[in-house]
Amino acid sequence: MSADALAALSPVVLAAPPWENPSLFAQQIISGIATGSGFAILALALVMIYRSTAILNFAQGEMAMFSTFMAWTFLTRMDFWPAFILSILVAAAMGAALELLILRPVEEAPALNSVIVTLGLFTTFNALALWIWGSQPKGFGPFSIFKGSALCAADVCVGRASVGILAGAAVIMLLLYLLFQRTRVGLAMRATAQNRLASQLVGIPVGRMLTLGWALSAACGAVAGVLISQNVGLTTISLFPVLLFAFAAAVLGGLDSPAGAIVGGLSIGIIRNMAGTYVPSDVGNIDLTIAFIVIVLVLMVRPTGLFGKRAVRRV
Amino acid sequence: MLSLRDVHAAYGSVLALKGVSLEVPTGGIVALLGANGAGKTSTLRVISGLLRPSQGVVEFEGRPIDRMPPDRIVQIGISQVPEGRQIFTEMTVLENLRLGSYSRRDGDGVRADIERVFTYFPVLRERSRQRSALLSGGEQQMLAIGRGLMAKPRVLLLDEPSLGLAPMLVQEIFKIIKAINEQEGLTILLVEQDANIALDVASYGYVLEAGTVVLGDEAAHLRGNEMVRRSYLGF
Repeated sequence: MSADALAALSPVVLAAPPWENPSLFAQQIISGIATGSGFAILALALVMIYRSTAILNFAQGEMAMFSTFMAWTFLTRMDFWPAFILSILVAAAMGAALELLILRPVEEAPALNSVIVTLGLFTTFNALALWIWGSQPKGFGPFSIFKGSALCAADVCVGRASVGILAGAAVIMLLLYLLFQRTRVGLAMRATAQNRLASQLVGIPVGRMLTLGWALSAACGAVAGVLISQNVGLTTISLFPVLLFAFAAAVLGGLDSPAGAIVGGLSIGIIRNMAGTYVPSDVGNIDLTIAFIVIVLVLMVRPTGLFGKRAVRRV
Repeated sequence: MLSLRDVHAAYGSVLALKGVSLEVPTGGIVALLGANGAGKTSTLRVISGLLRPSQGVVEFEGRPIDRMPPDRIVQIGISQVPEGRQIFTEMTVLENLRLGSYSRRDGDGVRADIERVFTYFPVLRERSRQRSALLSGGEQQMLAIGRGLMAKPRVLLLDEPSLGLAPMLVQEIFKIIKAINEQEGLTILLVEQDANIALDVASYGYVLEAGTVVLGDEAAHLRGNEMVRRSYLGF
C-alpha cells in the first residue's frame, strides 16, 4: 500500500477527492483490482462447489490457509515452483478426499446439515493448522520471481506480488474456461451442475464429477492462498478476512455464476480500496463495513446477485 | 431382452413397487399403463439404476443389472427419456445431444447419430445452436428423445412423452417413435398416462395398480378389456 493510502486510513485525515489527485484514484483502482483478483479466485472456488452441490463451503478459506501452510513447509525444502505445484496437487487430493469421505454422506440431507459439516471443517482445519504450525506469523515470500521494485507507469505503481496475483487469477480463469467450454469432462461437470438426474440418465458418473469439482476448488484455494499470503503474511487467521470478501464477492456476483464471481471479486477489491481511501473514519475495518453495505444494497435490487439466475422454470 | 421379476422398491419407508414382473421382448414396444402413483416412473427408475430394488431381479439380456450404477446401465444399452424431459436448459441443442452420447467413445458414430436425430426431428437442426430453454414444449420433448437416442441404446425407456403437449404434437411424436421402432428395430418400454395412444403403438401392455402389475396382455386385447376401457381409455 502506498504512503498516501496509508495516510488515508488513519483517522480524520481525508484523502483529496479523485479530481484533485487522479493518480491516487488510479492507484487505488489498480491495487483494488489486484487484491480483488485474489478474492475472485476464492469466490470462483466457492461458486464451483455451490453450483454443482448447492453446498456453501465455509471451510474454503481455511482449506486455502492450510494449503498455504503446506506450501510454506515445502518451501523450506525446495524452490518456489516445485513447492507451489506440490501444494496445489496436495490441496486437490485433500479436496477430493473431503468430498468422498465427509460431504458425500450429507449430500442428500437437508442443506443445514452440510452447512454444519463445512463449519466443522472450518474449525478442524483451523485447529489442525494451529497444532502443526503454531500461532507465530510465518514469513511468506515475496518469492524471488516476485521480488524487485514495483512496476510503475507515470506515478501509478503495482507491486510485483500483486502482479503475481493478477497473473495467477488470469491463468486460473483461462484454464477453467478451457476445461468447462472445450473438454468432455468440463461439459459433463457443467451438466452435473445443471441437472443431476439428466446427467445420470445420459451416463455421466455424477459422483466422480462432484469429487473432481471439490479437487479443483481446493486447488484454486491453494493458488489463491499462496499468492495472497505474500501480501498479507501467513498466520492461521490471516486468510479469514479474505474468505469474507470472497464470500461477499460470490454473493454479489450471484452464487451460481462463475463470471459473477470474477466481476464480484474485482468489484469488492475496488470498493474496499475506495472506501479505505476516501471514507474518513476513526474505526478500523471501515473498508469491510462499506463493502458489505454495498452488497446489501445490490441484493435489495437484485436478490440473486448481479449475474445470478432467478429460479424461473419453464414447464 | 429386458425382464423384471417380483421387483420391490421403496423411497425411505414408502413402498412404491410391491412385486412388479414384466417382460420387454426384443424389437417390441411395450406400454406400461396406470394411474398417477401406480409405480410407472418408479419402475423405470429401478431399470435405470436410480432406485435400488429391495427385492427381486432386473435382467438385461440374461444378466442381472439391479446392482449397477446408472452410468453403467447407459453404457450397456439402456437409455431413459425421463418424465418432464429434463433437458439441460442452459445448454444448446447440440450440447444436449453431445451429452446424450457421453457413454460412447466412437466420435464418427456420434456425428452420424446427430445427423440421424436431425433427420427424425428436422426442427432440432434449425435450432441446434440455440439455448434449449428457448425451445417450445414439443421441441424440448423431441430433444429429450433425441438425446436418449444418442446413447445408441438397445432399449429406450420413454416416460410420459405426451405430458403437457397439444394433441397434434402428441400424434406427431408418437408417429416418430413408431417409425424409430420399425426402422431400427429399437426396443421400447413406454410409460404413458394416455392409454389410447400408447396402445395404438404398442404391441403389448401392462397395467400397474398400487405398485403391482394387475394385467398384462396383447395391446389389442387390452383395448377390448372392460376394466382397461373404463379406467384408462375413458369410453
